Amino acid sequence: MFRVWAIPLIPLLGFVYIGLLSRRLSRRAAAIVGCSTVALSFLVSLEGALQLLRGEEALTATFYTWASLGDTLVRLDYRLDALSGSMALIVSGVGFLIHLYSVGYMHGDRGFNRYFAFLNLFIFFMLTLVLSDNLLLTFVGWEGVGLCSYLLIGFWYEKSDPPPAAVKAFVVNRIGDFGFLTAMVLLLAQVGTLSISELLQSAPGAFEAWPVGALAVGLLLFLAATGKSAQVPLYVWLPDAMAGPTPVSALIHAATMVTAGVYLMARFRPILELQPQVLEVICAVGAVTALLAALIALAQRDIKRVLAYSTVSQLGYMFMGVAAGGGVAGMFHLTTHAFFKALLFLGAGSVIHAMGGEQDITKMGGLRSKTPITFWTCLVGALALAGLFPTAGFYSKDLILADVLHFGEWGRILFAMGVLTAGLTAFYTARWLMLIFFGEYRSPHHHPHESPAVMTVPLVLLAIFSFGAGWGEHAYAHFVGRVLEPPEGHVPGQVIAWASGAGIVGLLAGFLRYRSLVPGPGPAKGLARVSERKFWVDEIYDALIVRPYQFLSKVIASWVDGGLIDTALVNGSGALVRAAGRIVRPLQNGQIQVYTLAMMVGLVAALGWMLWS
Amino acid sequence: MQQHRTGPAWGQEEKLIPLSHTILLSAVLFAVGTVGFLVRRSAVMMLVCVEIMLNAANIAFIAFARHHLSMAGHIWVFVVITVAAGEAAIGLALIVALARERGTIQVDELRSLKG
Repeated sequence: MFRVWAIPLIPLLGFVYIGLLSRRLSRRAAAIVGCSTVALSFLVSLEGALQLLRGEEALTATFYTWASLGDTLVRLDYRLDALSGSMALIVSGVGFLIHLYSVGYMHGDRGFNRYFAFLNLFIFFMLTLVLSDNLLLTFVGWEGVGLCSYLLIGFWYEKSDPPPAAVKAFVVNRIGDFGFLTAMVLLLAQVGTLSISELLQSAPGAFEAWPVGALAVGLLLFLAATGKSAQVPLYVWLPDAMAGPTPVSALIHAATMVTAGVYLMARFRPILELQPQVLEVICAVGAVTALLAALIALAQRDIKRVLAYSTVSQLGYMFMGVAAGGGVAGMFHLTTHAFFKALLFLGAGSVIHAMGGEQDITKMGGLRSKTPITFWTCLVGALALAGLFPTAGFYSKDLILADVLHFGEWGRILFAMGVLTAGLTAFYTARWLMLIFFGEYRSPHHHPHESPAVMTVPLVLLAIFSFGAGWGEHAYAHFVGRVLEPPEGHVPGQVIAWASGAGIVGLLAGFLRYRSLVPGPGPAKGLARVSERKFWVDEIYDALIVRPYQFLSKVIASWVDGGLIDTALVNGSGALVRAAGRIVRPLQNGQIQVYTLAMMVGLVAALGWMLWS
Repeated sequence: MQQHRTGPAWGQEEKLIPLSHTILLSAVLFAVGTVGFLVRRSAVMMLVCVEIMLNAANIAFIAFARHHLSMAGHIWVFVVITVAAGEAAIGLALIVALARERGTIQVDELRSLKG
């Protein structure tokens, strides 16, 4: 008997087990439980996917009815169809490899058990998010992965960087969550249900008389996606999220959680399509994000920051791919990206591990011979990121660009931006590779060493997928094409020529430029400085939003709270009573004869008044 | 000419001691008691002054009772005497307790209820 809710439930049990016994459990036990639950989830997802291949349209299961609000039932429905099934496979599959890798990477960390508990909790929420067939349950998963992201970015909470980065990620995501909630309320009000499969069926009819509503819902959902998937203008949290452990960056901030927004867009395509402008906005924002992030990635020095901006950039690609054409291209890029970006991050983790914690790529170099497995796997990942034939990135990137070229009026401009981004991506990828693995070893201390097998095996497996996943293009398109509209025909040769040409030129330029050149210490000059300083976006946000907000808080704190409430109302009423007490206190002087005198005077006065009036 | 003293025969004696004299005596006694209560610092003396005031009231009751030929005033006198007895008992007990507890019965030194 197949139960879809078993897929997320197994990692939850792992979380509960490791979390509750955290102090008593040995690291070995925590690692075994942590990895095996995710592996089990993967196997169950695989079984589900096989059933789909045998002809089932979707596997559904209701865990229980959460609430019934009038006619609206909120049921914990899980639904495994081609789209959510492929996501579940990525999440649990890549998740398992990263769990395995973490056993080696987090070896010796004090919070080892806590780490695995959080990681399992994350897998649970992520699987809930993708497999849920109820918008409210999706939102639970949506918020849950945000929570786990927060917990894991701030995992090393004793250090100075992680806690603010975690708070930043949480607060920026809150803006997107506002969009999600508002869209959910609008859908509930207009369509009257929260069940996703029912929503997708009846939303077109329900919004026929209210096109503005459809526009609002589409844009609000996209706002939610820009928060979670780090698009302009809400991408600023993702690069800072690199303060967490590297496997977390690989799992949450590259392969799975940040793709939740893309998945949401793909899932709600029928609603987004109601207003074509929504798709245009998504595609344009994706293109701008892809280009901007690629430009910023050019001059970053932190090994993980380069990858973080490249993730933002690639997410922009996915949004272009999910909005233009039928959406399959975006989802396919999501899949290949999950492999090669997880690979690159884990490779970066292996490098950091080898370098004893050093993260500045200008201080590395020459690691090719010292960490050969890491080098070769990273090479595959980098080529896939650059989109070079025959790696996976080549296929998925071309699929997207082919869709974009014929998308709307602005298709050619967006296509040009995409090609430019492809060139820039290849360039910074080459720079990254050259500075880390080629040239002289530049760090004065520490002797780098290759990572243990528990870390290199996942690297090799991911490298195989990064290399070969592209060949499954048609199978994937056919499979996911049951839910989304499958792409028509083949990628035109012109698109391949442009994209690959840009990639090769970028790679060559990068290899040649950084063959012997190493950026010196100190700030970069000219245009490179613009890139290194990230277009001053953080500073602009700081000046436009954070500082006015802090100023307002201070004004309210000192004047309204401090002045009006504390001084005037709270202390004022106290002072009033005290002053009144000071005036009348002498009456109560404890001398009984004074009281008696007062009584007598009062008595005489009362009698006098009675007699003479 | 011995007469059985009934009814109006009282009027004869009223001429001997007019009502106003008795009331005046009562008022003077009451004033003495009040002033004594206000100026004496010893709790015992204050209690004595209270007794004086009560008895001033008693005289006034009796005087008016005779004037109106009514027994109601007499009844009230007995009530007052009873109350006075109780008051003296309780008051004296309090004073004894005060003397033991605080070592003094001077009321100007007993001012711990000052606000």
